[in-house]
Amino acid sequence: MSVTARSQREHLSWGRTPRLRPARVVRPAWTSDVPAALAAAAASGQRVLAYGQGRSYGDACLNEGGTLVDTQNLDRFLYFDPESGVLRAESGVTLAQILALVVPHGWFLPVTPGTKYVTLGGAVANDVHGKNHHAAGTFGRFVTRLALARSTGEVLELTPDDDLFRATVAGLGLTGLILWVEIRLHPIASDQIEGRSTKFSTLAEFFALSEAASARSPYVVSWIDTLRPEGRGLLMEGDHAPDGGLPEPGVSPPAARLAVPVDAPGWALSRPTVRAFNAAYYGRQRAKAVETRGHYEPFFYPLDAVRDWNRGYGRRGFFQYQFVVPFADGDAAVREILGRLAASGEGSFLAVLKTFGDVPSPGLMSFPRPGVTLALDLPNRGERTVRLLRGCDEIVRQSGGAVYPAKDACMTPESFRTFFPQWEAFAEHLDPAFSSSFWRRVTGEAASRH
Amino acid sequence: MTVLIVGATSAIAHQTARLFAAEGAALALAARNPDKLAAAAADLRARGAEAVHELAYDALDDDAHQRVVTEATALLGGIDAALVAHGVLPPAETVHTDADAALQSFTVNATSVIAVMTHLANTMEQQGHGTLAVISSVAGDRGRPSNYVYGAAKAAVTAFASGLRARLHGTGVEVVTIKPGPVDTPMIVGVHEPGLLAADPEGVGARIHRAMRRGEGVVYTPGYWRPVMAAVRSIPDRLFKRLDW
Repeated sequence: MSVTARSQREHLSWGRTPRLRPARVVRPAWTSDVPAALAAAAASGQRVLAYGQGRSYGDACLNEGGTLVDTQNLDRFLYFDPESGVLRAESGVTLAQILALVVPHGWFLPVTPGTKYVTLGGAVANDVHGKNHHAAGTFGRFVTRLALARSTGEVLELTPDDDLFRATVAGLGLTGLILWVEIRLHPIASDQIEGRSTKFSTLAEFFALSEAASARSPYVVSWIDTLRPEGRGLLMEGDHAPDGGLPEPGVSPPAARLAVPVDAPGWALSRPTVRAFNAAYYGRQRAKAVETRGHYEPFFYPLDAVRDWNRGYGRRGFFQYQFVVPFADGDAAVREILGRLAASGEGSFLAVLKTFGDVPSPGLMSFPRPGVTLALDLPNRGERTVRLLRGCDEIVRQSGGAVYPAKDACMTPESFRTFFPQWEAFAEHLDPAFSSSFWRRVTGEAASRH
Repeated sequence: MTVLIVGATSAIAHQTARLFAAEGAALALAARNPDKLAAAAADLRARGAEAVHELAYDALDDDAHQRVVTEATALLGGIDAALVAHGVLPPAETVHTDADAALQSFTVNATSVIAVMTHLANTMEQQGHGTLAVISSVAGDRGRPSNYVYGAAKAAVTAFASGLRARLHGTGVEVVTIKPGPVDTPMIVGVHEPGLLAADPEGVGARIHRAMRRGEGVVYTPGYWRPVMAAVRSIPDRLFKRLDW
């Protein structure tokens, strides 16, 4: 490994918009430093929020004018039992670091989002989901215990039986600072994923394929071409292969080979480039269905291969948008939103479509619910993009669905209350010193306590 | 492989220890704060260390230097490699005018290091093998107005290690001097000011691990500090004394 100067972290979100700056950033070296750091911030009247790797997209990880507690150095494992697959680690440990440790011993994350560069604390606070939601549910289901530091100076050890545990899972970091988390891992026999990739050319075909794939495969996800409102795309399904071997302990998986070193110019991800990309991506596979087999890395984390890919959207950043609508209305709602996007002329590179199952999450504010979910990214063109997304929010509201706070930068307080009617019950568990730019935006709460 | 790390709660030393742990080494960790030591030890156990022993070590305690080496030797059954990493960066405004504070920081950064390295050298020479690494600093290459008390202690460590390396040449004991530049470990992070040229502790820790594995002599990390410090040493004093840095 080469030794390089560490660039100053910007403490933005992954979408790089909105650019809301904290007044202060503290970076404790030890979990035992955290209570004092919280007390100092609380005494100053500033609101506090944990900041992990900044991989949520909108303003859920931002705290304008307040204190951010950067958990970068809380990166220690506390316990790992290669026999039982129980792992306990500090909240700043990333899923990438967990994989590097546990895969050689035949274990995998029970649930993983589309990037491994999120922290364990962030995975809990956003109750992340993955390609296996229909089979396994959310990340929070596999959390057996966690420690939460409150601004009162207390450190609480919580289990799924505690109300505060249920508020902390999917609690957007607002119930206190998560110090460590204990999870149950998933056993694997190899680091390979085998499955198949199937083309579909209409949404109706997607729904039929998805139902069949979900019945046989634990991991299912689809890419959809947003410039074609009829809904053409590729459905990818898979499972851990029973053979193929495990890496040696202590051998790091390959790091990102490509990088976007600076903010790209505005045209880099414009409509013609998206159109060309989508056509190539869809056309690359000629057969209707092909069997696939390969390392888990490209299957789960295709974008992790390009470090800082978010800078491809240029200095103005981009909006990520993910919603879920119940199956009853799913076809019509997805069709209408795709139609609006196509009409607006905004294309999205990697739009992802999948179905959520009915496995309940322990998290009070958890986003996934049974239905169909679509995630896409749109370049930030200011008011125009905000109007487009708020129009989509309206369709989601009418369908009885919800938008994902971890990816949101636009929803109105009215939409938030419709998507998360339980928010008042959740608010009773907030730590009074904690807040975020997201929370203030959707609740209209004041930034300072003085 | 058995490794003793003195000052094991330092961020850089911990990064090096992780690489030894991943190789399945048996470790003895010595540090002053037992809670932090326990957190560091748990991490290394989870990462695959064959064994991790926690030893109390206070650099200001005269008896601690011999004791830590004796205890580690007994627990590990010999010390194949040792990294001496403890130290403090004293606040300039205090040590520039307060002699007691200056001497106390010198004890932590130099006197105790010389003591513990002497005991380690004796043990390793008797074993007939060993790698004895110490974290000095680029600050020891020339005293600057902002940190010359710290720099003076590191200069002592550098000179001591240089002589020890030559004395032990041919005995099977390698002495490795590590000179890191500034490393990004502070707790309060600037928000608006531009970043300081600080190295990331993971990379520095990995460089130390490699240097210990190979038994290198004097290692600057990041490597560009070697020519930079050669240039700094060559600045004439009549010019150097006008620099405020």
